[in-house]
Amino acid sequence: MAKYIIRRLLWVIVLLFLVSLITFVIFYLLPSADPATLRAGRQPNPAVVAQIRHNLGLDKPWYTQYFNYMKALVLHFNFGYSYTNNVNVRTLIFDRLPATISLTVGAAILFLVLGIGVGTISAVRRRSKFDRAAMGTALVAISAPVYWLGLLALFVFAKDIGKVPIFPGASSYVPISQSPTKWFTSLLLPWIVLAASFAAIYARLLRANLIEVMSEDYIRTARAKGLSERRVIYHHGIRSAITPIVTAAGLDIGVLLGGAILTETVFNIPGIGRLAYDSILAGDLPMIQGTVLLGAFFIVIMNLVVDVAYAFIDPRVRYS
Amino acid sequence: MSTDQAPLLQVEDLKVEFKTDDGIVHAVDGISYSVKAGTTLGIVGESGSGKSVTSLTTMGLTRSRSTSVSGKILFEGKDLTTISADEIRHIRGNEIAMIFQDPLSSLHPFYKVGAQISEGILAHRSVSKAAARDRTIDLLEMVGIPDPHRRVDQYPHEFSGGMRQRAMIAMALANEPKLLIADEPTTALDVTVQAQILALIDDLQKRLGMAVIVITHDLGVVAQIADEIAVMYAGRIVEHTDTRRLFSAPQHPYTWGLLKSIPRLDSPRDEELVPIQGRPPSLVNRPSGCFFHPRCPYLLEDHKRIDPKLEPVPGDVDHQVACLLPDATRREIWQGLRAGKTPEELRALVEPPAATVAATTVPPDQGGGV
Repeated sequence: MAKYIIRRLLWVIVLLFLVSLITFVIFYLLPSADPATLRAGRQPNPAVVAQIRHNLGLDKPWYTQYFNYMKALVLHFNFGYSYTNNVNVRTLIFDRLPATISLTVGAAILFLVLGIGVGTISAVRRRSKFDRAAMGTALVAISAPVYWLGLLALFVFAKDIGKVPIFPGASSYVPISQSPTKWFTSLLLPWIVLAASFAAIYARLLRANLIEVMSEDYIRTARAKGLSERRVIYHHGIRSAITPIVTAAGLDIGVLLGGAILTETVFNIPGIGRLAYDSILAGDLPMIQGTVLLGAFFIVIMNLVVDVAYAFIDPRVRYS
Repeated sequence: MSTDQAPLLQVEDLKVEFKTDDGIVHAVDGISYSVKAGTTLGIVGESGSGKSVTSLTTMGLTRSRSTSVSGKILFEGKDLTTISADEIRHIRGNEIAMIFQDPLSSLHPFYKVGAQISEGILAHRSVSKAAARDRTIDLLEMVGIPDPHRRVDQYPHEFSGGMRQRAMIAMALANEPKLLIADEPTTALDVTVQAQILALIDDLQKRLGMAVIVITHDLGVVAQIADEIAVMYAGRIVEHTDTRRLFSAPQHPYTWGLLKSIPRLDSPRDEELVPIQGRPPSLVNRPSGCFFHPRCPYLLEDHKRIDPKLEPVPGDVDHQVACLLPDATRREIWQGLRAGKTPEELRALVEPPAATVAATTVPPDQGGGV
């Protein structure tokens, strides 16, 4: 198991290296705004632009730039400095991370609880009114784009513009270190909006899995033993039906930790997603690199976590 | 077989129907049988003959809104078809236990074998977990699993097929049931392992004095351990007698078909096996008359209309058969079959006299290939 994890971690490094290279190449191959011109202000003097280009190292060939970037990254864990405001990329990313983690963790708790709860009840009471209503709602939640749902939620519930002003609106994010209460209330609406489609997907997934599992032979055995139906469902049924959920949730959480771009943008939460969005607009390569690498890191790590977790969930899975 | 003893399980005119989108499935259609303590009943039939549904209904495992059950299943005088879900749950796995066909899919892949057995003990007995575990180890030893102290903490995938079925048997015996229902207990196993498992069931029955119902499509299995045998076809019992008589003097064309389609050590080396033509009938749209008539080589025109009752063979109250052929003709056909004649050759025995031939338009091979 330890060997397996080490091997996988080495692959993580290779993968991140490839991701950084691809991001770099894409940035240079595809037309984007010239970072030097962007920084030079209005009606820039060509000499100033050239000077800025030299200062940022943009006058060197891309592979030299890439080599220098990687050298700083590997030797000093330095992600470079923003083209737009010279801020240290690493510092800014770590500043922004708590907001994204807050958003992700809250939403994940919400969608797991909702998804598993609703999915279970729907499967156990298949074709009941609850099941029909829940699955209908789930279909709507899956179909609704998160930015639309976010704007709609703001329009209905936000304290500033809402028809039923009960939640703080956009741009109200407060770090947990400042005020846990305000942190919590400011994130309630984003959590619900972000969790909606995930909860719906998970509810449907669990429902389908559980219905299938409940017709397995070992469920018949469990009933034949004279166990209560409750124990049959929870101890034997859900235990099996939930395994695909673990995979899906792990991967989804990995993606979200890399920044929920749409949700963070709609609610103006200063997280990684919002940072990535802004830096793409500004053609700020070091910042883009930083957010992309962070996103890739979370995805591959969560992949590894899911695979390792599987060995604990399913005794038939063993890594060597 | 002692006859003075009251039966442990008595099934009376049991009917089980499932409502489906295709129509009503008549899975079990008015069957009656009884089992006494210490005896073994074999229920034989093809898949879809209703043999598994009968036992699942006994366990209360077919209860649902789309199922309708009529008749009685009396277990120690209690009617299992009418008692509450809670009452039957206390009987299930406790007084009546069941083992299933495929031990791999019948064990939960995520839990240790020992835990799955202990769970059944803890469901019915108020004992400590440690006591349940000790009992589990004893059970594993009783069913012949070597090194039970180590095996108790292994997962099903670490067991071989035969060991898994032994574990299933241990699970079934955990609460010393009065009745053990074994549903195709050896079908998923190798032939040598089959024999071991059957010997184990037989041995445990003698030691524990249980009643056993063995459900199988394999006459070889019931020959080995059953005292009496009920042959089921399309949800009904078509022949019911003790094992010796069923093999020496079978009465129903379906039973003949089953017997002639398996190889026997005492048959001539060059004798060909004769499969039963056609397929089991749909239980939604069942054939008219005798349910077996579309596949019966000895079909007469009347048999398409008349539904035979399960009745004692003349002169033998312990041998019941549901067949429209005259008793003497049946005996002659079986003699012929035993002598190695084919059903086609023997059909002449049932052809009506020449005077009524005009009314019969059935060609000799009408019964074949549905």
